[in-house]
This record gives sequence, structure tokens and C-alpha cells, in this order.
Amino acid sequence: MSDIDLQDQAIQVDTEKGNFKYPENYEFDAGIGLTEDTVKYISDVKDDPDWVREFRLKALEVFKKKPMPTKWADKDLENIDFDKIRYYLSKGQQPARSWDDVPDDVKETFERLGIPEQERKFLAGVEAQFDSEASYSRMKEDLEKEGVIFVGSSEGLAEYPEIFKPYFGKVIPTADNKFSALNSATFSGGSFIYVPKGVKLKQPLQAYFRINAENFGQFERTLIIADEDSEITYMEGCTAPKFETATLHSAVVELVALKNAKIQYITVQNWSSNVFNLVTKRGMADEGAEVKWIDCNIGSRLTMKYPGVVLKGKGARGEVLSIALANDGQHQDTGAKMMHLADNTTSNIISKSISIGKGRSTYRGQVHMPKHLKNCKNNTECDALLINTNSRTDTYPAITTRGQNNTVQHEASVSKVSAEQIFYMMQRGLSEGEAMSLAVNGFVNELMKAFPMEYSVELKRLIDMEMEGSVG
Amino acid sequence: MNHSIEVKNLHVSIDGQAILKGFNLTIPKGEVHALMGPNGTGKSTLAKVMAGHEDYIVESGEVLLDGVNILGQEPDEISHAGLFLAFQYPMEIPGVSIANFIRAAKQARLPEGEEINAIEYYKELYAKMDALKMDRKFTARSLNEGFSGGEKKRCEILQMAMLDPKYCVMDETDSGLDIDALRIVSEGVNLMRSEDRAFLVITHYQRLLDYIVPDVVHVMFDGRIVHSGDKELAKELESKGYDWVKEAFATASA
Ligand SMILES: Nc1ncnc2c1ncn2[C@@H]1O[C@H](COP(=O)(O)OP(=O)(O)OP(=O)(O)O)[C@@H](O)[C@H]1O
Ligand SMILES: [Mg+2]
Repeated sequence: MSDIDLQDQAIQVDTEKGNFKYPENYEFDAGIGLTEDTVKYISDVKDDPDWVREFRLKALEVFKKKPMPTKWADKDLENIDFDKIRYYLSKGQQPARSWDDVPDDVKETFERLGIPEQERKFLAGVEAQFDSEASYSRMKEDLEKEGVIFVGSSEGLAEYPEIFKPYFGKVIPTADNKFSALNSATFSGGSFIYVPKGVKLKQPLQAYFRINAENFGQFERTLIIADEDSEITYMEGCTAPKFETATLHSAVVELVALKNAKIQYITVQNWSSNVFNLVTKRGMADEGAEVKWIDCNIGSRLTMKYPGVVLKGKGARGEVLSIALANDGQHQDTGAKMMHLADNTTSNIISKSISIGKGRSTYRGQVHMPKHLKNCKNNTECDALLINTNSRTDTYPAITTRGQNNTVQHEASVSKVSAEQIFYMMQRGLSEGEAMSLAVNGFVNELMKAFPMEYSVELKRLIDMEMEGSVG
Repeated sequence: MNHSIEVKNLHVSIDGQAILKGFNLTIPKGEVHALMGPNGTGKSTLAKVMAGHEDYIVESGEVLLDGVNILGQEPDEISHAGLFLAFQYPMEIPGVSIANFIRAAKQARLPEGEEINAIEYYKELYAKMDALKMDRKFTARSLNEGFSGGEKKRCEILQMAMLDPKYCVMDETDSGLDIDALRIVSEGVNLMRSEDRAFLVITHYQRLLDYIVPDVVHVMFDGRIVHSGDKELAKELESKGYDWVKEAFATASA
């Protein structure tokens, strides 16, 4: 328990629950590497309409031309070999509407992860994606009657082009960054959701993303449109087994909250430590609308994710609440972007990061508040907790504010769990793992109170798992 | 089986500097022993070594709980073996409420798969807080964070009462307590006095020993006990100070 021991102890990422895989047998396989043919294969298999075929091929050009992000970047990105990745793997394109119709190995996977049980308990709808395609998708009937749409992205663009097309790729353009371009070329799976005017979903919709194959890239694409005065909470969970080789997860998530609508998007990610998780997430909030990202990142080799909100209409609100836990050998590079484009808009960013062992966490923020705007507010808090001297944390807030009556508040703190605190807790009978776990829970406790109950419970369990088994 | 706590010929150093130099002490269950001595003689060091703190290097000696040597065990194992240390300087644990902390500490004592009964737990917690005249609102506050000196000490005794230890080491629990709090906390400790519990009370002042009347008083100087006596010894120290002990010790060791 001395400092020296702490430094040497690699705290294992406990992906126990997710660390299993089934043999790979896929009917559809785009092969290894990324060429025009790969993209065409995906389009053929998915029977894409022409505009999507063109969209993909253009995106591929952009992807090839774009350099790796240089400013918001990590050297480890260079270790992704795009020629060794498999871009599309599936057993079929039609998700089952009943768990009974899901192939046995896939069904067992999701049963082991507890998805059907959660669906019965508290969810309004579930989509479960296995590698490239959703294997299961179902929503409660009463929501269907109210006109809520909850389908996969392919079904969305095929069946509802009049709603899908005007918003697709608008919040996050293809050329936003190299990985949004990659996703735009190869996307498959993810959700398309439309909530009609005035409909307020009482229970969350959930998506679950599971990577089963090695050397695979998962590129789901999600578009959520909340029409005027509607409300929706969407939760996503992600896992993958532990592989020796790198696996890529590169999603694009676009949210559109029309006038006075509310969207809450919750992520709990527990990737194994071979996954590069490079995700672009952004929401657009019209007048009086609210977009809230709750983002929790546990695991992965490198996560780069900066959920953002474009505050487009007067009085719009944006919020990013995030927790990142970087264990030995992991880098959590996370943050938030807030673009104020109208008067009376407010944004709130609370980021909590925990670094353990040689784990590293970085906060990058961007708050943009141009001169001509009035009465805009931003509050940014980033707190870092270090669980031993080797951990590293960096904060790069970039706040551009000008203009009158605009206020920005920024607070940052770094604290440590000291050996004396651990000793104190152990003197009361807690094991070293329990003591650390308690300290971490204490650190995120206040923030977790803002999360929905089921989500906090799951998060607490994941943190405990991560800290236990970690030591001695 | 030996129902006592025994420290045998304990030599301890830190950063190459000897702090405990052949410390000996036996406290049978049922007794309260007071340990007094000038600043820096090693009283807190003794307490932390007994609790398994790893910064200190044990050169030789033993600490026996009921005849079993606990030196080398992890702090949580020693805690489970029945030793409780009320710290001279309790640590702050931000975000962890008193109620959750004590609950976790109690839970850690239960066998795998057994859960604490929440209703009974709170009943016990509130009863013990009432006895210590602690406001029930404290349960929701982060452990020791922003507590006044006296509140921290009261919280230590609350934890001690809740965890039901066999061996209690109290390191300057009286410092920071106001006159009323001193009486209340002492009453709490006196309620815990029993045939199967032993106390080591480290203090600088007689006033605590007016309430918690010790069976034996030890005077520590330069890493070991140099003089022991009954409760009158503490009164003598109070009036005369430590100089006479130092002198007596100097001549004895010369
Ligand atoms: N972690 C440490 N590093 C260096 N020196 C230490 C450490 N802990 C204790 N010491 C030294 O050991 C000696 C004994 O300290 P200790 O805290 O045990 O004294 P004490 O008898 O409890 O004193 P007080 O009455 O002031 O509480 C002191 O000289 C102190 O500076
Ligand atoms: Mg001391």
C-alpha cells in the first residue's frame, strides 16, 4: 500500500462482464481494408438509395484527404492501421422484433449483458447492435401509436426519407473531422428516432452496442429528432471482449431538438482496453430547447470524445456532464463544445476525471460566445482526481467570450487520494480496493445525483468493479 | 488464549531515525491505560504502527492481539481482528457521507453475500449519535470535510461505538473538544468500557482522565515507557510537568 506499490500495481480493467466472445460466423463480410469497393459492398448489402451511395463515396474521398486531427490529438492515433480493419460484418440486415428470433449466440451475448431484463424493467424500447447491424429492435406499442419512430439508421433513411434526409449530416458535416468522414463512408447500424410534437417519453429508449469480432470497426450512426415540445431520454451502452489487436469504434451521433424540445443522451461505455473509441457527438438546440449529454467513459485504449451543443435558438440550453476513468495504459481525452449562436443561451459543462496508475485523462473544452450576443451564460467545472503519483491529467479549456452581459465561469481542481486517506479507510476495515472505490464514488457522487437512478446504479457498479480486483 | 493487547520490545524507525526504542506495554481486557508524554516522544507512531501503517519500519518486536502477532498484517485485517484507532488527525474523505462510510465499514465485516439491514443500521446509528449529542443531519455530511476539530473527534468516537472493537486506541481524542463535548465523549467511552474490551488512551491532560478514569498511567519518553503508576501519577504530572521524569530518566539511564 506504499506509494511505490501503488505505482507498480496495474489496476486491471475489469471487463469481466463483457469479456467473452462467440465464434465469428458472418454471412456478410466486407473483407479487410478500406477501398471504394468496400464502400460499394456496404451500399449493395444494405440496398442504399442513390443519394446515400453518393454520400458514402464522397465521404470516403474526404476521409482519404483529411489528415489525422493535429490539434486535438494523441500520438496513439498513428497506431491505427486502417488497412487492417474489417469494416462490415453481419449475419443479416433485418433486426428481429422478438428475442426468440435473434440468433442464439447473439441472444446469449445480450442475455449475459442483461439487456432483455433491463428492457422488461424500465425501458420504452431497445435496439441491440452486434458488430455492424442491429440484431434486435423493439419499442413499446403505445409509443408506436403516438407516432414515435425508433428504428435502425438504414431503415430510417429507407422508410422515412422526408424526415431523415433534411437533418442527416447537417449537425455534423462529413468533413467535420477525419473520423466523422470515416463514419459517413462506412456507417451501419445506430438508431434513427423521431419524437412527434408534444410527445414526452416517460421511459428511456436504449441502444446497446456490442463488438464481437477482432480487428473490427464499428461505425454506428445515430440521428435523433425531437419535434417541438417533445421530450426523450436515450441511453447507450457499449462493450467488447478483450482482444490482443486494436479494434475501432467510431460513431457519429446527431441530435436535433426543435423549439422547446428536450433531449437527454446518456452513454455508459465500458470498452475493453484494445478499443480506439473516436466518436463525434453534437446536438442542435432551437429556441427554448435543451440538449443534455451525460457521458461516462470507462475503459478503452484511447477515447476522444467531445460532445457538443449548438445553441441555435434564443433561450436554448446545453449541458455536458461527464465522468472519465483512465486506468493503467488508457487515455481518456474528453471534453465538451458549446457554440452559442443566439441571445439568452446558457450552457453548463461539468467534467470529472479519474486517473489511476499510468492512466491519463485530458479535458478539452471549447466555449464560443460571439460579440453580438446578449445575456449568454456558460459555467464550466472540471475536476480531476489522481489515484497515484504516476497519473497524469491535463486541462485545456478554450473559452472565447466577448460582448456585453455575457458571463462565463470557469473552475478547475485537481485532487489526490492520499495514502493517508486510504490508511484511514482501511483502519476502519475496508480493503484497499474498497477504499479507493469509495473515494472515487465520493468524487463523482454530487454529479451522479443529476443522473437517472438506473444509470447511477449501473455506473456505481462499474466503478466498483474497476477499483476492486484492482489491487492485492 | 491471552486476552490482552501486548506490545513487546518494539523498535520502530522512519527515514533511518529511531522513534520507538524498546517499547513494552500490556493491557488486559477490561482495563483502561493512559499514555502520556512530551510532544514527539512517539505516541502517535506507536498507535499507527499498531494499526498497520506501512510507512514505519519495524526493526524488531511484536504487537500481540489475544496472543497473535499483528505486525505485518494489512490495516484492514488488523481492524477486523478488533483494533480501532481514533486518530489524532482524522482524514477528510470528500463526497463520502458519514452514514455511507460507517455502513461500508460494517459491511466489510460481514461474510460474503450477507447484507446489512438498513433499518436496523440507521436505528443503531441514530441512537449512538443521540448519545454523543450529534445532530442527525451530520449523517449526510462528507466524512470530516469541513468539520471543526471537536466535530471530527466526536465522529471518531461515533465510528468506534458503531464498529464495536475489542481494542481501542484513542490518540488525543480530547484535544479540540470543548468542556461539554469532553464530558459527552467521555461518557460515550465509559459506556463502552467492559470486561472484554481494553483501551489505550493517549492524552496530554488530566482533565480527560477525570472522566475516563484509568487503571494504569504510563509516562513515555524518548520512544519507551519510563514510568508507570496509578491514576494519581497523571495528577502529579499535571502539577509538576515532565521535567522530573526527564531528570529521573536521565539519571537512570546514565
Ligand atoms: N512520517 C514521518 N516522517 C518523519 N518523521 C516522523 C513521521 N512520523 C513521525 N515522525 C517523527 O517521529 C517523532 C514522534 O512523532 P509522534 O507523532 O509519534 O509523536 P507524539 O508523541 O504523538 O507527539 P504529540 O504529542 O505532539 O502528538 C517526531 O519527531 C516526528 O517528527
Ligand atoms: Mg501524537
